[in-house]
Amino acid sequence: MSTSNVPDSTQDFDFLGLLLAGTSGILIIVALGMAFLYAPRELTMGDVQRIFYFHVASAWVGFFGFFITFLAGIAYLIGGRRSWDILGLSSVEVGLQFITMTVVTGMLWAKPVWGTYWSWEPRLTISAVQLLIYVAYSMLRASITSPERQARFSAVYGIVAFVTVPLSWFAIRWWRTIHPDILTGGEAMAITPRMVQTLVASIAAFTVLYGTLLRQRMRLERASDALTRLRLKMERRSLLSS
Amino acid sequence: MSFVSKVLAIVCKDLSAELHTKEVISAMLVFSTLTLLIFSFALDLRGAMAEAAAPGVLWTTIAFAGTLGLSRSMAREEQSGCIDGLLLAPVDRTAIFFGKTLGNLVFMALVEVALLPLFSVFFDVPLVRPQVLLVLALGTVGYGAVGTLLAAIAVNTRAREVMLPVLLLPLAVPVLIAAVQATSGLVEGATLSEVGGWTRILVVYDLVIVAVSLLTFGFVVED
Repeated sequence: MSTSNVPDSTQDFDFLGLLLAGTSGILIIVALGMAFLYAPRELTMGDVQRIFYFHVASAWVGFFGFFITFLAGIAYLIGGRRSWDILGLSSVEVGLQFITMTVVTGMLWAKPVWGTYWSWEPRLTISAVQLLIYVAYSMLRASITSPERQARFSAVYGIVAFVTVPLSWFAIRWWRTIHPDILTGGEAMAITPRMVQTLVASIAAFTVLYGTLLRQRMRLERASDALTRLRLKMERRSLLSS
Repeated sequence: MSFVSKVLAIVCKDLSAELHTKEVISAMLVFSTLTLLIFSFALDLRGAMAEAAAPGVLWTTIAFAGTLGLSRSMAREEQSGCIDGLLLAPVDRTAIFFGKTLGNLVFMALVEVALLPLFSVFFDVPLVRPQVLLVLALGTVGYGAVGTLLAAIAVNTRAREVMLPVLLLPLAVPVLIAAVQATSGLVEGATLSEVGGWTRILVVYDLVIVAVSLLTFGFVVED
């Protein structure tokens, strides 16, 4: 075949991708149904509490995505393979969407329950810090031209950033407990088995959705790599013939 | 040449380069004095208000002046081509990291030495105390170490000086929270063991950051 240097995944029918997309679509509908119909109405907060299922699920995926970038960074620094870099950058971009959703749903939840959009609640605060780290990572990539350097620097940043997150979490949580906030006083929530099941379902749905988006983002990056290679090849050919 | 003398040689190089121009340290000093002035206008720092805000103002000033010094010291390295010489020299990458970090820490320490008396003069908050100095040292080491690593990254980007604070500040969240809390505890009259939790966070941060930076610094300065 003349296009042998184009990776297969960009040309072939992407069965796994389609399967992932279908599964995440079904799971999201199930999770939505469970959150609105199956899970009981929370006593003190009422229907507002139903945002909790999507808030927690997106937070989990946001942090998980960053963990994947951390691992991909280590693998890239050891092996130097472009595919690890693609995994790292895709995971950050997808994770950024989820962590943004976490912060937004957290604010929407906080307004009716605590009367304010922002209360410096530890988990919401660490999500915001995480969001800023994700943005910094993306800005760093955008600010470097050499692809090799881009991969190396963002691998290092992904690793260093990830190791500071647990310490940030301890510092923030402790900072909030030392200065207790009256607003977060009514936080306790009675959890019933149905709520736990709904939460598990939406975490599963969001994790599969993360996998789906991650796969598409990685395919996009590989396709863009292939395009760059083809362009270079054409330029070389036209130089030779002229 | 032993490892320590290599590190010291790099520190001496940075200090003597600075002695010629004095551009980094003077910029940092003037900038931090201006920051104090601005904070005083913004928060009306007098009496009880000054005491409550002093730790936060102190650390904000150190953090901002720190980014100034960190990016300048790395940019000078890059512009003069000195980093290439260092990389060609038979010196371990870890020695370069320690040398650059120590040099940056000296600059930051000089600024802090000037800042503390200013707090006593401007705001009547006595900060020149051994316990505060210990917290100051612990916080500065962590901030300076991660800052040196990130400055080496930022200097190779298009945005350069603008990039460093964006990269550094979200990673410095634990240092800033713990250092401010420990300092304000001490200002309010707590003993060092009463703020022990915060100093422990600082110690752990310092150790983790120095370890990770040592492992990754070689990849940053590779080319």
